[in-house]
Amino acid sequence: MGKEKPDLVYGTLDMLILKSLQHEPRHGLGIADRIQQISRDILRVEQGSLYPALYRLEAQGWIKAEWGVSDNNRKARYYKLTAAGRKQLVAETEHWSRITMGINRVLAST
Amino acid sequence: MPLLRAWFCRLFGLVRKQSREAEMNAEIQQHLDALTERKIAAGMSPKEARNAALREFGGVEQIKERAREQRLWLSADDFLQDLRFGARMLRRSPGFAILAILCLTLGIGTNAAVFSWIEGILIRPYPLVAHQDRMFALGGTTRGETEGHGLSYPDFVDLEKNSTLFESFIVDRIVGTSLSVGDRAERATGGIVSANYFDALGVRPMLGRGFRPEEGTGRNAHPVTVISYLTWQDRYKGDPAIIGKTQYLNGVQHMIIGVAPEKFHGTFIGYSFNFWVPTSMQETFDSTGYKLEDRGARWIESYAFLKPGVTRQQAQAELSSIAQRLENDFPETNRGQGFQLFPLWKTPFNAVGNLSPTLAITTGVAFFVLLIACANVSNLLLARSLLRRHEMTMRLALGAGRRRLIKQLFTEGLLLSAVAAAGGIMVAYWCRNALVLVSPVRTPGITIDYPGQLDWRVLVLSVAVCIGSTMLFALIPAVQASHVDLSGALKSEGSGVVGGSGQSRLRSALVFVQVALSFVLIAGTGLLLRSMVQMQNSDPGFSTRNVVVSAVDLFSSGYKPDRAKIFYEQMLERIRVLPGVQSVALARVRPFSYTIYSSAPLEIEGYQPPRNEQVTADYNQVGEGYFSTIGIPIVAGREFTRNDDENAPPVAIANETMAAKYWPGKKAIGERLKVKDKWIEIVGVAKNANYRTKLEQPTPFFYVPVRQNFVVQNGFIIRTEQSATAIMNAFAREIHALDPNLAPLDTITIQEQVDRMSYTQRLAVTLVAVFGGMALFLAAIGLYAVMSYAVSQSTRELGLRMALGAGVSDLLRLVMSRGLLLTGGGIVLGVVAALTVTRLMGNLLYKVSPRDPLAFGLAFIVMIAVALVACFLPAWRATRIDPVRALRI
Repeated sequence: MGKEKPDLVYGTLDMLILKSLQHEPRHGLGIADRIQQISRDILRVEQGSLYPALYRLEAQGWIKAEWGVSDNNRKARYYKLTAAGRKQLVAETEHWSRITMGINRVLAST
Repeated sequence: MPLLRAWFCRLFGLVRKQSREAEMNAEIQQHLDALTERKIAAGMSPKEARNAALREFGGVEQIKERAREQRLWLSADDFLQDLRFGARMLRRSPGFAILAILCLTLGIGTNAAVFSWIEGILIRPYPLVAHQDRMFALGGTTRGETEGHGLSYPDFVDLEKNSTLFESFIVDRIVGTSLSVGDRAERATGGIVSANYFDALGVRPMLGRGFRPEEGTGRNAHPVTVISYLTWQDRYKGDPAIIGKTQYLNGVQHMIIGVAPEKFHGTFIGYSFNFWVPTSMQETFDSTGYKLEDRGARWIESYAFLKPGVTRQQAQAELSSIAQRLENDFPETNRGQGFQLFPLWKTPFNAVGNLSPTLAITTGVAFFVLLIACANVSNLLLARSLLRRHEMTMRLALGAGRRRLIKQLFTEGLLLSAVAAAGGIMVAYWCRNALVLVSPVRTPGITIDYPGQLDWRVLVLSVAVCIGSTMLFALIPAVQASHVDLSGALKSEGSGVVGGSGQSRLRSALVFVQVALSFVLIAGTGLLLRSMVQMQNSDPGFSTRNVVVSAVDLFSSGYKPDRAKIFYEQMLERIRVLPGVQSVALARVRPFSYTIYSSAPLEIEGYQPPRNEQVTADYNQVGEGYFSTIGIPIVAGREFTRNDDENAPPVAIANETMAAKYWPGKKAIGERLKVKDKWIEIVGVAKNANYRTKLEQPTPFFYVPVRQNFVVQNGFIIRTEQSATAIMNAFAREIHALDPNLAPLDTITIQEQVDRMSYTQRLAVTLVAVFGGMALFLAAIGLYAVMSYAVSQSTRELGLRMALGAGVSDLLRLVMSRGLLLTGGGIVLGVVAALTVTRLMGNLLYKVSPRDPLAFGLAFIVMIAVALVACFLPAWRATRIDPVRALRI
């Protein structure tokens, strides 16, 4: 289990976090679960490395955090997408799809 | 917007730092708990679950450290934390801190002081004067030559009238006089200035008023004066009702109409003025006559203010076209005459022209001192970083980023240099008037003034130097420290051998550079000293021993020529019979004094000058016996006698250069020249001499008898075996006996008079010697530190050698030879550098080659001597190592 490396392309974590917060606020573990769940276990986030990314996004004003209570009645810090964050998500998604399209074209060529 | 937000976050974060940290801990704890719960629910034991959660989460402390770094607000916090930590570290090793701060204070202080001098003397020399960036000195040129030419008053008026690109022109001619208030008579310096002077400069008198436009013209019509604040305080005891009172200046009663503000010293670098009078009073202060209507009399020193946005080139072009027009309109007086603008730091008629090369070199030298100081501190930091390697390794292992470590070390460096910068600015503040200390003129009443200016520009520069030097000295140690090999470094440090590891190679390189830089400075000092000595010993063409010069200011005491003639006649009689006096002679201009020689257009019989050349030469009016008294040999013909008076045919004595230029191949005696419409016969040829400075080139020069060209103001040349003081007292007594109202000007040996003219050279020597000394001291510290560190690191090796039978002398040789090797290498580099650098010293060197072997040899010996001292102490300590203890470590 320890050998299992998170299959994340470098630099995409921020985008994935923003995406996972698109519809509702989540706490750290929730974000990790969500990414893993949507990607059907293809993407696995090293849980700890979420936090540096979360603080970075918060400082940039793309997400906002507040304390709340989780499903199993625990105190947890919930992150919410801000308006600027939504814009950023759109921009990054576009950027990403352009890059993947490019890469796909290169790989598809014979 | 995002920037603002980030800033806000940062600020807010700082305030809430404690809660932030707690929040992060709580959040991560909560995450781990939730994860653990989930694992337990999946069937693990609590302990297993906890471990699994921790594994899945990753290294908690590393992540916290990374998270902290991610928060923008933390970088400011880091800085404060680093600062606090740095201060603590410095307090823990005060010896290191004091030494480092001392080195940097020297480095930054010298630079701040030199900047402040440059600012205060070259760039913005006139306190309170507005728009000095648009202020230029204005001088006259003759056939393109600029040296020592002024403007004439009519030309000045035409410039004012015809120019469009200038805001204003001002006249400022320095004059000396005696100022007697009550029973106290002292020398005073004043300015003959145009009526717009204070208005154009933007200086408002603090009491009374400046000059009115009409006060500038009308021969002797407006005896009014503005006095300086210092004069007001010192001579008039700050009399609040001073305005409207009168004061005799050069025998004319002047009304005091204003007091200049405290900080305003006039517009002549080097002298602080006591009073100002308008141009209309020129004749009263100039013993050579009325000149306001004489287009040929070029006596004005002028400044011009350009209109905003006008470049110097445009302004110069306009001046040149006006000069062209004047040349056409007044060919008699203006043929070949032009005007030239000079930046203030190149002002041709005050001390600045001489000072700027000195200050340029001083800037270079100060920079060297800074480099050496940085190398020293760098070295100290390197030594310390070895001691702190364990700490650094720990922090890296605990997850601190390398960048973070480098930042920490930089912050510590910045702390050092900030303290040093504060100290350095204090040093500069103390030194701001230091240049005056070297000044040779010590005349009561005359204030010599070379002020440094500590304005915001100097402060900004000092801060820049501070940050720059931090980069310089902290970079290498910081990079070094952050490249610790984790696995290797956690094991305890091994003991080195003398000069083994890469670190010590780096430190050696630094010492190497230090030695090289100080060698350059020492060699430079040597060159300047040598040129000083050369200058001292060079023959000015007259005898410098047993000759005393003095003068009396008859002109400002109101003597007219007839009365003056009687006075001089009687004085000569009286001095001649004083004990110990061999001979005495009059001379209008004493050689090497600040008085300007007469100069006149000449016509020379039998010499056809090229079309565009106007023959002129300087000349002096001297009395009988002048040549034998001052010791200038007559090579042909005869010397002047008593009989060469107004009743005899006019005669002159030419110098060798003049004779050779105008009468080549002839013996010159009996030839004639025409000066001011008067034909004069050459009766003698005198050997060439220096007339103003020892640096001047030989030029045509001639003498006429004072009895045929009498002026009120003359100097005395006295040949005597007595000391200057003895003569001074006797001289003063005799003057008092003739006229109790008179006092002699300074009575000094002619050698002293000559020395005064080498002020700049002496200043350069002093500055470079002081800075060179500092550099040497710093380099010695560096060498010492490296060697003693090397010894302390190789205690084990040295102990082993001792145990194996090495004697005291072997160990001494081992350590010393390494130190000397370093020094030797540095010296080789230094010689190469010095050979290129000393060529730039150019005109400060007098009859000394920039590669003078003596100066280089001296520098070599000094460096080696210092190196021996610096290495001996550590070497000696090495021999005291107890081998038993050394091996047990």
